[in-house]
Amino acid sequence: MSACVWAACVCGTQICYCSLSAEILLLFSGINENVYEHVSMWFTGNMKQLLVWIQRNLLKERPELFVQGDTVRPGILVLINDADWELMGELDYQLEDQDNIVFISTLHGG
Amino acid sequence: MPVLCSSCSEKRAVLKRPKTGHSLCKACFFWAFEEEVHHTIVTAKLFKPGETVGVAASGGKDSTVLAHVMKLLNQRHGYGLELMLISVDEGITGYRDDSLETVKRNQQQYDLPLKIVSYEELYGWTMDAIVKQVGLKNNCTFCGVFRRQALDRGAVMLKVDKICTGHNADDVAETVLMNVLRGDIARLRRCTAISTASEGDGVVPRCKPLKYAYEKEIVLYAYFKKLDYFSTECIYSPNAYRGYARTFLKDLESIRPSSIMDIIHSGENLSVRDGVKMPVQGTCSRCGYISSQALCKSCVLLEGLNRGLPKLGIGKHHRLHEKLLSQQPLTESEQRKLKPVDF
Ligand SMILES: [Zn+2]
Ligand SMILES: [Zn+2]
Ligand SMILES: [Zn+2]
Repeated sequence: MSACVWAACVCGTQICYCSLSAEILLLFSGINENVYEHVSMWFTGNMKQLLVWIQRNLLKERPELFVQGDTVRPGILVLINDADWELMGELDYQLEDQDNIVFISTLHGG
Repeated sequence: MPVLCSSCSEKRAVLKRPKTGHSLCKACFFWAFEEEVHHTIVTAKLFKPGETVGVAASGGKDSTVLAHVMKLLNQRHGYGLELMLISVDEGITGYRDDSLETVKRNQQQYDLPLKIVSYEELYGWTMDAIVKQVGLKNNCTFCGVFRRQALDRGAVMLKVDKICTGHNADDVAETVLMNVLRGDIARLRRCTAISTASEGDGVVPRCKPLKYAYEKEIVLYAYFKKLDYFSTECIYSPNAYRGYARTFLKDLESIRPSSIMDIIHSGENLSVRDGVKMPVQGTCSRCGYISSQALCKSCVLLEGLNRGLPKLGIGKHHRLHEKLLSQQPLTESEQRKLKPVDF
């Protein structure tokens, strides 16, 4: 199974997709740094397990900016293959080959 | 298992609307979102044909969506408005550069005239220069006060009849909460209003066409439409108190999506008991801007900056206004209190 994990965030001139492997602070603190790579990884499990995995492996600092309890922090939108994860079973969604996951933080200035 | 659109029952739904719980496909969502803004505009009678309307453009998601939707609705429904973009350049290195570039691209994409007003030309000070003097702690006071007036001054300069801003439902709910928390009754009463009448010279009426649009939908509208926007927080200290209010609101929303509308509804229907003292609205004796004091906030801030006493506008120093107006020197102990703090 390979699923792409992306995080759309603050950077750049367009909504750009930042790899979660980069410093997570970069994603949420508004520092301008364009990172266009993404993480392709082997992963088997559901969204709940993916969040745990991200927290353990990708978030080095301040995980509270990304997760709250066992789900994403309120205010972060999750898209699974460009559809609202609320339509896809949220935490119970079973990841499939070629799935594309996007996190968009709405907690920035407008 | 893809969910089908509950409106057209043909295409795959891409989002669940927080407002209604409906699942909609892209096309049906775009239509619903736009027509709801149209409904807001028509119901509240925000504009009249022939008016020149300035869209406050920061390059951020809200104002980019606002500019896009205003342009589209003006054509679709024949509002007969003359639209233009107005941007404020605070003079913060690295912060505005990119967002102003975004606004400039928006100008081309939406084919709208753009005017950028800078703090430097309006006040003689850039935010960077102000921060050098006041330090990082208090600069958002300056940033906020100056920004509000900058839009007005820009609007007067451009002779626009109205300004519309990108405030969304989440922003309004958050402001209601903030005013309750701070006990600011005067603002609490005003903050839910969808438009403000002209409050004297130098103040252009404002309105919020996105007042009933949820942030989630604005973000997804921009995302699915691939709108060109820039997103960052002011690098000079985001308002911590507001941050807590926002987090609290988001927590409430995740349990009950209607919380945001409920709070706005509460704010709209509060009435202030007779006999509650309200600040009297007057005008600044120096610049003519609305002010409850002899000098408006930005004139006091400027005076402080120009005299090398940056703390003048921060905190309550109303007693000193008379002295400032008559150009009297301050006593040594007054000066000491207002000197910059060391950082
Ligand atoms: Zn549809
Ligand atoms: Zn600021
Ligand atoms: Zn003034």
